Amino acid sequence: MKRIVVEGLKYKYPLADSLALNDVTFDIKQGEFIGIIGKNLAGKSTLCQALVGLVPHFYKGAYGGKVFVGGLEVKNHSIADISLKVGMVFQNPFTQVTGSKMTVYEEIAFGLENIGVPRSEIIERIDSVLNLLKIEQVKDHNPFDLSGGQMQRMAIASIIAMKPDILVLDEPTSQLDPAGSEEVFQAIQSLSKQGITVILAEHKMEKIAQYCDRVLLLNNGKVVDFDTPGKVFSREDLEEKGVTAPVYTRVCKALGVKKAGTDEYPVTLEEAERVLRGDGA
Amino acid sequence: MIKIANLSFSYNKETPVLTGIKLEFDRRSTAIIGQNGAGKTTFVKLLKGLLKADEGEILIHDHNVNRKTAAQLARTIGLVFQNPNDQIFKRTVLDEVMFGPLNIKMDKQTAKEKAIEALKMVELDGKLEMNPHDLSLSEKKLLCIASVVAMETDIIIFDEPTIAQDHGGKEKIRQIIQALKDKNKLVMTIIHDMDFVAENFERTIVFTEGKVLLDGDTRYVFSQKELLETACVEAPGITKLAERLGFKDTVITVEEFINLKQTCSPPR
Ligand SMILES: Nc1ncnc2c1ncn2[C@@H]1O[C@H](COP(=O)(O)OP(=O)(O)OP(=O)(O)O)[C@@H](O)[C@H]1O
Ligand SMILES: Nc1ncnc2c1ncn2[C@@H]1O[C@H](COP(=O)(O)OP(=O)(O)OP(=O)(O)O)[C@@H](O)[C@H]1O
Ligand SMILES: [Mg+2]
Ligand SMILES: [Mg+2]
Repeated sequence: MKRIVVEGLKYKYPLADSLALNDVTFDIKQGEFIGIIGKNLAGKSTLCQALVGLVPHFYKGAYGGKVFVGGLEVKNHSIADISLKVGMVFQNPFTQVTGSKMTVYEEIAFGLENIGVPRSEIIERIDSVLNLLKIEQVKDHNPFDLSGGQMQRMAIASIIAMKPDILVLDEPTSQLDPAGSEEVFQAIQSLSKQGITVILAEHKMEKIAQYCDRVLLLNNGKVVDFDTPGKVFSREDLEEKGVTAPVYTRVCKALGVKKAGTDEYPVTLEEAERVLRGDGA
Repeated sequence: MIKIANLSFSYNKETPVLTGIKLEFDRRSTAIIGQNGAGKTTFVKLLKGLLKADEGEILIHDHNVNRKTAAQLARTIGLVFQNPNDQIFKRTVLDEVMFGPLNIKMDKQTAKEKAIEALKMVELDGKLEMNPHDLSLSEKKLLCIASVVAMETDIIIFDEPTIAQDHGGKEKIRQIIQALKDKNKLVMTIIHDMDFVAENFERTIVFTEGKVLLDGDTRYVFSQKELLETACVEAPGITKLAERLGFKDTVITVEEFINLKQTCSPPR
């Protein structure tokens, strides 16, 4: 079942002279874990925001084409309606804090109260996300009196607590320590296995390669490719698009070893280990 | 250059955030890594005199930080904040970068030259009149880096400079760090990107729960697998791959890996 359909999406911010998204077309099935990659200013955040309706409803600007998310056409529905189906974690967690809540706990409760989740369930859900993101110990802190990583964990927790059908995450682990980043990717993968559709913009190519079913490569607002990590990261023109393949792919490429019987280079630690062992070192 | 003895700090007098930190810094470029909430940002804010220690002392060039004026400190030590929104407050990109130099009494002409030079390094010199708040997160981060670089302080601290950067952005930051090293400045960087640590810093310090867990040559630090795990950090990807393949030495760069691999495999 298709959960997201984007057809010929074109978008220009007000006052901008060029298109931020230029004829973007793709679709995503339920439960897929999709990575969006591309150099800075490629259009990743704009695309994420087009999936939750901030583009065009909040930013305005010139908009063409169609975007369907969970059956709703974004252009014809309010951000509030769309937010019942799609949750988004923003690139800068700071901009996501409401600013009106005194504690991390209340901050996470805010969205749940808004959609009328019963009190007892609110408590259950908050306890579970505080635990998942390892921020129990700061639950009574003011949301601004947190370390950068703790604030980002809180931002992810608030959205996961809402249990949306579709999750959009814009570089959600940029400030997390390596162990935390790994845990978050595992948690998101397990949500996707439960049927939640995930779209995640990211510069950490090793994580994209390891966790995503398919990768959407953007460049100057256009879709360059939408395929498996193995295919996308084996492209010869990747660097021209401002993207560097995972380190495992780069070494195997330099050594000229591909995955047996394919035209693809390894993209994960495990794959690289396998081919390089076979290589007789 | 910096000498820290028995440093302790807490925000609310109940939960200690840093306890008994003892460290010395010479001019080696240094990475500070460690789990979220370990106290890394708090530590550098203390160095910069933005917070006051509960106990212990910090000497910079043999002078106690607490006895230096804000202006003296501003001339000695520059800090790029983790969150650019905490740092940016001017209306244009150029004013933002000129603010620091003017504040330490550089004349206007020199301040402008230094600002433009720094903005060139981060490739924002084409956006001088833009409002910083209209920049993307990656650009804001680079703007904040330029603002501090323009001040030409002897000590420069970056708090997670590579957040939101693509490969090109990281490369710019790498070059800036190299240029600062060449000018014999002390560069200290808090960072969660282990590949970047391995490629750019001579020394690495690991913080955990307000204490220093490990401190030494970057290669040595990345050889301490178990200790790294307790601090929620890890060795770079290439180090992990080399270890799995049974390489005896700790490999920390792609070049080393390829060289080793080519010399010990039969030609194909
Ligand atoms: N609020 C805005 N107003 C005007 N232009 C914008 C705005 N946000 C983004 N843009 C422009 O839209 C284009 C795409 O930017 P976007 O932020 O979507 O890129 P990105 O791929 O998310 O980049 P990054 O990796 O830096 O996060 C860029 O040219 C950018 O300058
Ligand atoms: N203004 C504040 N008031 C109270 N507690 C704070 C404040 N700022 C930070 N803390 C707490 O102090 C501890 C250390 O925070 P700090 O920001 O120094 O961590 P960090 O090592 O930089 O983490 P990160 O990698 O997430 O940026 C954390 O537990 C945090 O919750
Ligand atoms: Mg973005
Ligand atoms: Mg920090």
